Amino acid sequence: MKSIEGPIRNASVTESPANATPAIQVNQLCRHYRMGDTLIRAVDGVTLSVKAGEFVALLGTSGSGKSSVLNLIAGLDRPTSGSVIVQQRNLSELSRQDLARYRLHTVGMVFQSFNLIASMTLAENVELPMRFAEIDRGKRDDLVRGALTRVGLQARMNHRPSELSGGEQQRAALARALINRPQLLLADEPTGNLDSRTGTEIMNMIGEFNRQLGMTVVMVTHERALAERYAQRLIFLADGKLVRDESISAAIASNAIDRARTEEERR
Amino acid sequence: MKLPDLTELAVRNLRESLLRNSLTTVGISVGVASLVAMLSLGIGLQQLASRRLMKSGLFDTVVVTSRRDLHGFNREQERSGPAPGESRILDESTRLEITQIPNVTEAYPDIRFITELRYEDKPHLTTIAALPDSAKSTDAFDTVQGNFFSSDTAPEAILQKTFAEELLGRTPKPGLDETNVAELAAPLLGKELTMRYAQREAQSPSAIAKSASPNTVSPAKDDLSSAAYSVISREQKLKIVGIVDLDPESMRGPTRGRAFLPLGLAETLHVMQPTDLREISRAASSQPVYSSVSVHVKSPGQVQNVEDAIKKMGFNTFSILDASRSIQQFFKVLDVFLGIFGSLALAVAFIGIVNTLVMAILERRREIGIMKAIGASDSDVQRLFFAEAGAMGILGGVVGVALGWAIGQAINFGTNVYLKRQSFPPEHFWSVPWWLVLFAVLFSFLVSLAAGLYPARRAARLDPVQALRYE
Ligand SMILES: Nc1ncnc2c1ncn2[C@@H]1O[C@H](COP(=O)(O)OP(=O)(O)OP(=O)(O)O)[C@@H](O)[C@H]1O
Ligand SMILES: [Mg+2]
Repeated sequence: MKSIEGPIRNASVTESPANATPAIQVNQLCRHYRMGDTLIRAVDGVTLSVKAGEFVALLGTSGSGKSSVLNLIAGLDRPTSGSVIVQQRNLSELSRQDLARYRLHTVGMVFQSFNLIASMTLAENVELPMRFAEIDRGKRDDLVRGALTRVGLQARMNHRPSELSGGEQQRAALARALINRPQLLLADEPTGNLDSRTGTEIMNMIGEFNRQLGMTVVMVTHERALAERYAQRLIFLADGKLVRDESISAAIASNAIDRARTEEERR
Repeated sequence: MKLPDLTELAVRNLRESLLRNSLTTVGISVGVASLVAMLSLGIGLQQLASRRLMKSGLFDTVVVTSRRDLHGFNREQERSGPAPGESRILDESTRLEITQIPNVTEAYPDIRFITELRYEDKPHLTTIAALPDSAKSTDAFDTVQGNFFSSDTAPEAILQKTFAEELLGRTPKPGLDETNVAELAAPLLGKELTMRYAQREAQSPSAIAKSASPNTVSPAKDDLSSAAYSVISREQKLKIVGIVDLDPESMRGPTRGRAFLPLGLAETLHVMQPTDLREISRAASSQPVYSSVSVHVKSPGQVQNVEDAIKKMGFNTFSILDASRSIQQFFKVLDVFLGIFGSLALAVAFIGIVNTLVMAILERRREIGIMKAIGASDSDVQRLFFAEAGAMGILGGVVGVALGWAIGQAINFGTNVYLKRQSFPPEHFWSVPWWLVLFAVLFSFLVSLAAGLYPARRAARLDPVQALRYE
């Protein structure tokens, strides 16, 4: 396992992950789409809360509204009704400008399809959020190098995404998501395009950020096993509604991790 | 996002779709080039015209006429001034008064009359004009063959080229109009001319008193006395001292004649002038009355003030500045027209930029979505597109100015080759002033920004969820 140190040390998050104040509070959240005569209720009255430092998995069948909920929490989308409150800020009340700021500083996102910018090298991709954050040019190079070193890609800095494997691309995407030291990591099926071995590698990294940096993680997945192994809580969605919310006891969690280890070793 | 990052990203984006963006930039260049070409042609022609007028040496001259003269140069002045009958007479005292106006260096009467000149016993009817000493220093006379008058009262004459040809019985051959002046001068210089003219001689007051009928209703005895004069036929021998090549078309003021006498001599001759007949009933003094007076001003910049002062005295004035003002107005209109034509090409380039950027939005939809997902604000995205448009504009502007300049040089060169073949002197009618260069680049930049306005707004408003939804 890679050690966690250097630029990505999140000072604003308290050491204790099981903090009582909710980092994310979602109330009666709705996101409806009108398609001609029919109304599609992508998200239909979801209420949930996520504590600071918690690792939550969103599960459900395809089309159940997982990505929609995640995008609303990320401030990429606005709800039809209901509210998302992150660290005492109601996202619906933020201006477009402030919402962009929120995405820049508070949220880090990774996607199933990596979403690196194809025309830029890894270093440039990782540097991009710092350009938006107007961080001094002089400091950026070191930060970029540090972030890429942490995900084991220091040797590939000047390669373009197309020259990398899926796992390497997702690692670069993680480095980019964390470069502005967000408190929240939102991942939409981060292992969906990866084989299970590479997927485990990525999940280990995310779990590490959660535990060592105290980041709050919300991860969408439809692999229950993966969720059980890394998350502390599983939230099930169906047809835009929250259908089940179960905490995984520490015992089960460690069991799951053990199971994963043995699986890995078997391979 | 800060400006260095903005430009860096913009430039790298432009490099990314190199072919399309350079084609768009070429489009802008062609637009700017045609604008620069058109405007510099307009400016060049204007400067050429001004230079031509300057050469006439009359930029510092004001011609003064009485408002009684119905054939004034400016109808506006006639309408706004007092009725012709009441206005002042242009006589010797007014001439002296004009001399006192600040910045006036000289005011001399325009003496001009049509009379007969005999050369080798053949009569030639022609217009004779009197020249002041100062005419010697004008451009018109620095190409004189022979000499200028030896003194202001010398019985000498300078002949216009075409009149010299007439005296020698040569008819200018059409097409081959470049007769050598020196060739004409050789047989004529030093020869004698006889001028026959009508002299106007004022009668003595006693003579008038005797001849005037006591029954005549007259305004005042004094007025009437000076109005009487007799006309005597006289002859004056003149020595030809110079032949001058003046373009009859461009003649104005004192050079409007085919033979010239020194002004001092012309004044002592008291030649009967056309205006004398008209003034006979109104003449208010025994002083000579002039049809027009030419006033020289220290510098062209003071012409306006002097003109105003003379107008206040109640006379009509005319100067080349008046003419050049209307010429300048013409060129302003020409510039606008040429500018519009030039801008048409730039308008096409404008659409090209809009098209390129809108295409870029479609192509970079996902990229925009990613940038927004990782924290780019609307204004970051918008400014990025602006920067791309602006960079294309500046680049296109610079290349376009160079291109326009090159086109101008090529046309100038080509035309001069043609002029040379037609045995005309070369002309520089193409001018790209530095402000036009700056203006063109700035204009190109602004037009490009304007073209980027819609695409940039559209890109900024792009919904990131939709943009990221599909591969
Ligand atoms: N822009 C849209 N217009 C219309 N319907 C939409 C739109 N976006 C999402 N939906 C619908 O909302 C529902 C939930 O979509 P969402 O992407 O959140 O599902 P998901 O749980 O992430 O599915 P998957 O596991 O396939 O990613 C789907 O039925 C989808 O068709
Ligand atoms: Mg999804």
